[in-house]
Amino acid sequence: MLLTSQPWVRWSWVRTHLHVIRHEIWQHLLLTLLAVGIGLLITFALAGLARAWRPLEGPLLAVCGTLYAIPSLALFAVLVPFTGFTTTTAEIGLVGYTLLILLRNLLTGLDAVPADVRDAAQGMGFGRWRLFTRVELPLALPALFAGIRIATVTTVGLVTVTVFIGQGGLGAMLFEGFQNTFRTEELVGAVLVVALAVAADLALVGVQRALTPWTRRAS
Amino acid sequence: MIVAGVSLSSIASWFGDAQHWRGSDGIPHRLAQHLSICAVSLLIALAVALPVGIVLGHLRRGGLIAQNLANMGRAVPSLAILIIAVPFLGIGARPAELALVALAIPPLLTNTYVGMAEVDDDVREAARGMGMTATQMIVRAELPLALPFIMAGLRTATFNVIATATLAAEIASGGLGQFISTGLEVNDSVEIVCGAMLVVALALVAEGALATLQRVTAPAPLRHHRRSRTTPDQLEDNPDAIAYDPA
Repeated sequence: MLLTSQPWVRWSWVRTHLHVIRHEIWQHLLLTLLAVGIGLLITFALAGLARAWRPLEGPLLAVCGTLYAIPSLALFAVLVPFTGFTTTTAEIGLVGYTLLILLRNLLTGLDAVPADVRDAAQGMGFGRWRLFTRVELPLALPALFAGIRIATVTTVGLVTVTVFIGQGGLGAMLFEGFQNTFRTEELVGAVLVVALAVAADLALVGVQRALTPWTRRAS
Repeated sequence: MIVAGVSLSSIASWFGDAQHWRGSDGIPHRLAQHLSICAVSLLIALAVALPVGIVLGHLRRGGLIAQNLANMGRAVPSLAILIIAVPFLGIGARPAELALVALAIPPLLTNTYVGMAEVDDDVREAARGMGMTATQMIVRAELPLALPFIMAGLRTATFNVIATATLAAEIASGGLGQFISTGLEVNDSVEIVCGAMLVVALALVAEGALATLQRVTAPAPLRHHRRSRTTPDQLEDNPDAIAYDPA
């Protein structure tokens, strides 16, 4: 049937496919959370390296920047011969794309910690680990969270592209709807992707406000 | 040497194959398609974002709108726009251009707005004191000072648009992405890697060209301390404006 003569949303389809929709939302969320979570862990490791040995910072950011320049479809496609049409393939690509944003924001946040504050903490007898966890990291949190928000929203969008390697979450609905020229499935997929991105962003704002109560009055 | 499981010699022979250089499936034709899709999208996006950003920035109004639009732009996946636009615009370059315009407007608008709004109050005061009209003030004082920001936005937008135009191949709009999607269909890693190399090369060339343009167009007094790097670096200029998507 011609797409233009279809109703925008066929609600009977939505009612009978609620379990499919729920499954794809869950899948989408899982792919996103895994990517941002692993990306964060790697970012902390890389930031540690860059701070342990400063000359490493430039090359590290350059590598992440180059990774960022590769079109997502191509990156997923070249990974297929190694890891197949699997979640692993999707995650390698998705994690790779979070690194530049997260690392750049974390380093910017750490650089912005005033030297006086660091001095004071050291004067109070804080060691390296306590200095990082109790002073530097909390002060860098707003910058890091700005990065996490961008990375998360970007990843929610990128997950749709993984439909071409057999994953996709809600992207699978988008693409299936396109192939079958079934508008309802396309639209439900698209609306839910955007809703998921907005919901994730709002949730992160909430987490950030809870974690950094001292910034609340300023904003 | 091996790139992603593909030997350099097979990459070299792919690029050396005369078959890949002629006809409608050849590199020149697909490169031209890719460039045309990107150029059209960027021009439309510039035509929309520049006037709006300049006026809002000059008035220092609607900053929140400009900022939120950038965030919203990130939340709407290009693939979704592409697919939903097909029944209205047909299969071909049009839906791709629509998706890419939507991708390019947020960084352009945000950076134009920020560039205009960040102009020093003293400068605006001086311009007004010299008897400049609003138009003169925009053209002679604010716009030159905002230009580095606008160029940074254009670099981000161009980079994103070139990379994302590869998705256009999935709805038969052609372009360099066609090599990647064909390679994916017939399971040919050499074709995928070569297609990806072409897109990355194009993005880097455009990036280099725009970085040069940015340096050349920057007002002389701003030139020496504003070093352009190969990666867009507007994070330092404006931490909230790193709209920069690898889709």
